[in-house]
Amino acid sequence: MIGTALFTLLSHWRRHPGQFAMLVLGLALATALWSGVQAINAQARAAYATAAATLGQDRLDRLQSPDGRPVPLAEYVALRRAGYLVSPVISGELRAGDARLRLLGIDPLTAPPEANTPTLGDAGLDLTGFFTAPGLLLMTQDTATAALPPDLPPIRVTDTIPPGAALADIGTASRLLGQSDPSYLLVAPVQPAHLPLLATATTLQRVAPEQRADPAQLTDSFHLNLTAFGLLAFAVGLFIVHAAIGLAFEQRRATIRTLRALGLPLRSLLTAFGLELAVLGLVSGLAGLILGYAIAAALMPGVAGTLRGLYGADLPGTLSFDPAWAGAALVMTLAGVAIAAAQAMGRTARLPILATARPEAWGQASARLMRGQAMVAVVLLAASGALALWGGALITGFGAVACLFLGAALLLPVTLTALLRLAQRRARGPLGEWLLADTRQQMPGLSLALMALLLALSANIGVSTMVGSFRATFVGWLDQRLVAELYVTAPTPAEAARLHAYLAPRTDAVLPVVWADATLAGRPGAVYGQADHATFRDHWPLIAALPDAWDRLATGDGVLINEQLARFARLSPGDALTIAPGVSLPILGVYSDYGNPQAQAIVTLDRFAAIHPDIAPTRFALRIAPDRAAGLASILRDDFGLPADAVINQTQIKRFSVDVFDQTFQITGALNLLTLGVAGFALLTGLVTLADMRLAQLAPVWALGITRARLARFEWARSLILAGLTFALALPVGLALAWMLLAVINVQAFGWRLPMQVFPIDAARLLGLALIAATLAAALPALRLARISPSRLLKVFAHEA
Amino acid sequence: MKPSLYAALLWLIAGQATAQGFAGLGTEAAGFSIPQSPAIFDFPADHGPHPGYRIEWWYLTASLTGPDGTDYGAQWTLFRSALAPHDAQGWDGSQLWMAHAGLTTPERHFSAERLARGGIGQAGVTAEPFAAWIDDWAMTSTAHAGADALDALRVTARGDGFAHDLALTTTGPLIFHGQAGYSVKSAQGQASYYYSQPFYSLSGTITLNDGVIPVTGTAWLDREWSSQPLSETQDGWDWVSLQFDDGARLMGFTLRDRAAPSFTAATWIAPDGQSQSYRDGALSMTPLAQSRVAGRDVPTTWRIELPDRALDVTASAINPHSWMDVSVPYWEGPVRVTGTHPGRGYLEMTGYE
Repeated sequence: MIGTALFTLLSHWRRHPGQFAMLVLGLALATALWSGVQAINAQARAAYATAAATLGQDRLDRLQSPDGRPVPLAEYVALRRAGYLVSPVISGELRAGDARLRLLGIDPLTAPPEANTPTLGDAGLDLTGFFTAPGLLLMTQDTATAALPPDLPPIRVTDTIPPGAALADIGTASRLLGQSDPSYLLVAPVQPAHLPLLATATTLQRVAPEQRADPAQLTDSFHLNLTAFGLLAFAVGLFIVHAAIGLAFEQRRATIRTLRALGLPLRSLLTAFGLELAVLGLVSGLAGLILGYAIAAALMPGVAGTLRGLYGADLPGTLSFDPAWAGAALVMTLAGVAIAAAQAMGRTARLPILATARPEAWGQASARLMRGQAMVAVVLLAASGALALWGGALITGFGAVACLFLGAALLLPVTLTALLRLAQRRARGPLGEWLLADTRQQMPGLSLALMALLLALSANIGVSTMVGSFRATFVGWLDQRLVAELYVTAPTPAEAARLHAYLAPRTDAVLPVVWADATLAGRPGAVYGQADHATFRDHWPLIAALPDAWDRLATGDGVLINEQLARFARLSPGDALTIAPGVSLPILGVYSDYGNPQAQAIVTLDRFAAIHPDIAPTRFALRIAPDRAAGLASILRDDFGLPADAVINQTQIKRFSVDVFDQTFQITGALNLLTLGVAGFALLTGLVTLADMRLAQLAPVWALGITRARLARFEWARSLILAGLTFALALPVGLALAWMLLAVINVQAFGWRLPMQVFPIDAARLLGLALIAATLAAALPALRLARISPSRLLKVFAHEA
Repeated sequence: MKPSLYAALLWLIAGQATAQGFAGLGTEAAGFSIPQSPAIFDFPADHGPHPGYRIEWWYLTASLTGPDGTDYGAQWTLFRSALAPHDAQGWDGSQLWMAHAGLTTPERHFSAERLARGGIGQAGVTAEPFAAWIDDWAMTSTAHAGADALDALRVTARGDGFAHDLALTTTGPLIFHGQAGYSVKSAQGQASYYYSQPFYSLSGTITLNDGVIPVTGTAWLDREWSSQPLSETQDGWDWVSLQFDDGARLMGFTLRDRAAPSFTAATWIAPDGQSQSYRDGALSMTPLAQSRVAGRDVPTTWRIELPDRALDVTASAINPHSWMDVSVPYWEGPVRVTGTHPGRGYLEMTGYE
């Protein structure tokens, strides 16, 4: 019995292949965007976990020089000779042109078991080859096939190494990097008994895993952003599915009634419906998975680039397939189908067997329902504002965005209806009035599709305003801050001193830049020593400062801190900051420091030297007449023998920074466009659904002498009016979203706040896109109407008779 | 003989144990020097390392007695393993070092292992002044100028739950095994350079979790180097060093062969330092009782016979669970000797799977 019922129900799709395609496509698109984003997130998290677990970094403490320089080899040997179980690591980066390779040199002989050095357990590895020159490099297949620096030792492929990195014996790393002092020491968790505490035996700084910057933590907000986009796309996709299922239900009322009248129990009918939906959900879900995988694979290189640029987190540029991911996405799709179909199923259950077929696409929303929606919307918008203003956390920031979206969407039908009613009063001529009234009449049927459009448009406006504001501020800030014409790095302190002596008479100013890693307000960061010079005084924008901040800084009795540190630790000028054990200085000012995830503090060179007497500057910012910069750069490279990347001019840094920035937001742009596409499709779905139902309204107008072609143009106009009005509403919602992203979410996620700028041209372009989407969506129903046979229009009257 | 554990080093390098004899000791020795007969020694230089040979060790075992008469045993061993037949400074050094320390009480056995590479100062041996060290473990000469560097030593090591600090002195001569220090290890002719200082008396302390215990006793130092000391089919050995109450001493070993009869050798050392080496077949070692140790059966009571000296004794482990739980695990611990020549000593057994 269920089989027959199911077969009967399914026959509907055979007769309406377009509708079938719409349903499947809608579900597939929703699944695709959601699962694609999830795939990217999962891949990234797995990469972070691998990176974190490498050498037991997630479990083992490290000993490192407070200044971030290598640990002297003699100090390592002295610690071992004193009985402490520490193990050396030489790490560094090999570069040649664009090719780069992070190298981790380990000593398997002393590495604690927690370090999990992959070599000793690996039966297939040639250990003699690993230990003896030229050594072996262990890396993943992806890393091995990417561009690599030349003259590397033989490579062995293994999958436990983070992307972009190679593991080697410490001797091999020492040879390749030209460094014999360990970069840091791993500390075995259990030290021999009866030894004095390690802290008393060394001046090296012991750093626990949780004190180190963790890429997973830094990138959380980025992934949250992606997830939000994915959910938005999924929601928009469900609007399509809801429309398709609703339409199918209406068109099958007669069939359902007949089936019931023939004695099919309600339970069997509902089971048949459920089966039908499950099959559809599975088929479309699978299609969506394939599509989602393709989308994710296409976006992955961009995401990897973004994360590397923003956070220094290394990700593979390719995507691997994870069955758990696929399973989760399918479940999500089926749950989505269930939600989208709940209304139609409910109505089927309540359908009186003997009620006559009343073809209508949607239950006409009563005025009361609209009022209820409006009230909920107002509450949501108020909640959104409250969360944004007083939330103070990333999650409340996203909560505010969610409330804003939901509230705006719920408010849409009421507002549109009110606007149309208002316009109707001013309409000239009966046709205009009819057009507006008829549009209003369509509102309930189209409201879901229009909500989808509203969400997509406002997300687009919000995100592009945010990105635009960010970019404008960032570029302006780079211009302000990167004033020195050349930046030079010397390979050693001795070389640096020689360089300084050479440069002093040949430039307007040589400004040493010196820094040391430090824990600032409990967070990993760096303290910089900086010369007192007009270069900084005149150009560095301080976003908060005490009077005479620069003068007081010059005396050495204060620090400047970056905005990230100020926001994270809730510090403001006048507060004290500990920059080294026993050294606490008043904060004189706060400077913006976009794109840097770490805390930073600046003191004078003298003050820095007092804290870190052993750190000599090796990097210099040079002031020189701009037309002489290129000449000096080539002298430094050719005559002084500095490597090409040790002499960088201002333009290069700016270009690099802006490239990183653009890379960062590439994926946002792509997702934006995809969401808008899905929303356009939702509108098409709504219009197609309505088209057949509306003959009863159109026939009388046609009978009054309006040609079919003109009616078709009206259809098109109606679609444009609705899209235009929706855009008008999306504009304030989008700007509110942009404000939340800039003033709430950015501050929480990155630690900096940006001034918001509005980009009218972008908005106009988006309006154009929305109208094009509306035109495309209306094209099919309008064309059909233009070509409809008069007999069908006449039939409307026949039925009435 | 003490090729033991040095094993572990080779194992590290060869990747797996026993592919070619125990712990790779039977692998070919390309590029390395091979011991030659007659052996010509040059002291004090030969107390130091021989980088041209693939493997080498400084191997000390000590039978100890506490103030209450309790028997203890201590072991301190440093192995050198060369990846290439030359030495270099810095991380490029091709010498790997491994050390084992053990401490045995009648109820408990402790073991520890350290690994390091040469060239950076973390581990090594110098002949003049004599010092052998890895991390904070050390064997350092305290001998007077003019005396043999090995005449007086201070030996320290520490591991999880134990430590020892021993001062050793002797007036006895060095003993050269086999043909004046050229010690043959198989019928195919594999050999090593092998000499000992078996006459140490000592005093010092051992440290356990419950405190420091003063000890006295005797000790035996083995020095051996080679490039391929075992044949490919020799899978393990049983080795003893025994000090009898009458002042005589015996070193003996059996190399177990899966393709041939076992190969034995022995050195008889009279109280005055006169020694006599015995070729294959003179010594016999027979297991009398097995103990279940670390999931395998290991003979911890042996009958040892050297008919030429009318010697017929039983050596019984003071603690049958003297299992060295290190990279390549083996059994090493003090024994009590009864029979024709009562005394005490040390037993080492490798290759029991």
